Amino acid sequence: MVNKINENIYEVPIGYRMGMRVPGRLFVSEKLLKDVELGTIDQVANVATLPGIVKYSMAMPDAHLGYGFPIGGVAAFREDGGVISPGGVGFDINCGVRLLRSNLEAKTVQPLISTLIDNLFEAVPSGVGATGRLHISDHELTEAFIEGAKWAVGQGYGVKADLEHCEESGCMSGADPSQVSIRARKRGRPQLGTLGSGNHFLEIQRVEEIFDQTMAQRFGIFEGQITVMIHCGSRGAGHQICTDHLEVLSRAVHKYKIDIPDKQLACAPLGSSEAKNYFGAMVCAANYAWANRHIIAHWTREVFDKFFGDVKLELIYDVAHNVAKIEEHRVNGTLERLYVHRKGATRAFGPYRNEVPEAYRDIGQPVLIPGSMGTPSYVLCGSDKALELTFGSACHGAGRIMSRTQAKKTFTGHDVKAALSVKGIKVKATHPAMLAEEAPQVYKSSDEVVDVVHNLGIAIKVAKLMPLGVSKG
Amino acid sequence: MKSFEYLEHTADIKFRAYGQNIEEMMNNAALALFNAMTDTSVVQINKTWKVKLSAPDLEQLAYYWLSELVFLFETELTIYSKFNVKVHHNQEWILLAQIGGERIDPKKHAFDNEVKAVTLHEFVVNKNDVWCIQVVLDV
Repeated sequence: MVNKINENIYEVPIGYRMGMRVPGRLFVSEKLLKDVELGTIDQVANVATLPGIVKYSMAMPDAHLGYGFPIGGVAAFREDGGVISPGGVGFDINCGVRLLRSNLEAKTVQPLISTLIDNLFEAVPSGVGATGRLHISDHELTEAFIEGAKWAVGQGYGVKADLEHCEESGCMSGADPSQVSIRARKRGRPQLGTLGSGNHFLEIQRVEEIFDQTMAQRFGIFEGQITVMIHCGSRGAGHQICTDHLEVLSRAVHKYKIDIPDKQLACAPLGSSEAKNYFGAMVCAANYAWANRHIIAHWTREVFDKFFGDVKLELIYDVAHNVAKIEEHRVNGTLERLYVHRKGATRAFGPYRNEVPEAYRDIGQPVLIPGSMGTPSYVLCGSDKALELTFGSACHGAGRIMSRTQAKKTFTGHDVKAALSVKGIKVKATHPAMLAEEAPQVYKSSDEVVDVVHNLGIAIKVAKLMPLGVSKG
Repeated sequence: MKSFEYLEHTADIKFRAYGQNIEEMMNNAALALFNAMTDTSVVQINKTWKVKLSAPDLEQLAYYWLSELVFLFETELTIYSKFNVKVHHNQEWILLAQIGGERIDPKKHAFDNEVKAVTLHEFVVNKNDVWCIQVVLDV
């Protein structure tokens, strides 16, 4: 049912299921394709039925079963005749990753890793039910919704230079706080400045290998260097915003007579009040997430300063991997304004796009692909090929391969922790039980996924980072 | 009849909960939701809460019910393990429930997962021999 088009490109033909408007495209190797569940291909096909979809319904190399869109799903919709769907963004709006580079070498940090991770675990609230160290007013929450990371800098968290190194400068325009419910505010307010749980983490890493010296130099990365990666999102604020608007958009599909194959693909025509309201609320959550990662980075810097004196922890880049954005892309030779949905996918723009920070504009944006606790993370550089093939997108991680129920049957949290310790990786988590479901073995090999991205040319490998210590909720 | 069972899902949590009647199915779905996060058998009932919801159809009522529990869990920081649901149907569907639980205590309650939200993906309520609800949770 899936046809090979080229090396690492497979097509789900129109006709795979009723109502497909465009074909599906899976960007996977033959080896990775074997692990792609039938349900994932069904989800790619479902997305292809949505009105106004352009070119293809796409799945990145880490694609796996999700809800609505597959995880690793990318789809773009015409402003005229297209739709916006929370199923293409997810509940954790602007779940994303940021990477900080330090002026420290691994040999300085490694002997202290255990206490360093303990201190970070204390400094950055995490875990189920965690509330932040911040006590913000409702008015301040509104400001965070509108200004994102810019608001955090104004409050003394992080520095202005950081903003240039965030996607959207950490503040996406179009926020409409009037579309955020009291319930979403109630969930989000106490949680600003918290990491969350599950696959979210704060990780200290060592630069293990450089693949492209010139690009690495531009990103300020060198072998043996210590980097810090932060992976988290918009917490309860985003989850509730999505829940609230999913309900509105579920009604909108009847009102606008849109046939959807999956209720989670509820959507509204672009230009309708329902679509505008969802977009305005989604931007609030996206900005909240940038503020959140900014605050967490600030506390991380404080801990590093306490340990090593005046350390330079500079932001390389911060990317969103669950978001819908208005972008210009060339379609059949014409530049069009599209609503690009990335659900578990990272933007990977090449050189000379205005959206890429000035510091990287002539080479392309950093693309951050986190591994799991025991596997490497990668830094890549976006390329023109991504604009041609994937609306400027790449994968966002390794991708799960084993279900949570299966993981719990196979591993215990204590075993996972001990196995990582043998590899020299210190893990601190609220409860070891959570570690079983996030064992390195439940994910695909990040090496394989990243190689497909590199070989397709949608992003170029720059550096490989190995975990030394991980703090998890 | 099983109260509930978890099904295979790569990234998230999928379950089916059953009941001889709608009320029992709603009670069991709530229990499946909290059991996906933590062992509810150790949760004591020292706090009770009342819930009232209405919806145009039963499926939506069930979605509101589970979403409400996620909201209460996170804002009241309470794990619920006791549910007494009553459902009425006139022009619209109405759910009245008394729920009981205990405030999260990190020393006592170990969490396997944190449920972010209830998805509508493959969300189904139907009745064959017994009432059954299928749910995918985002974790």
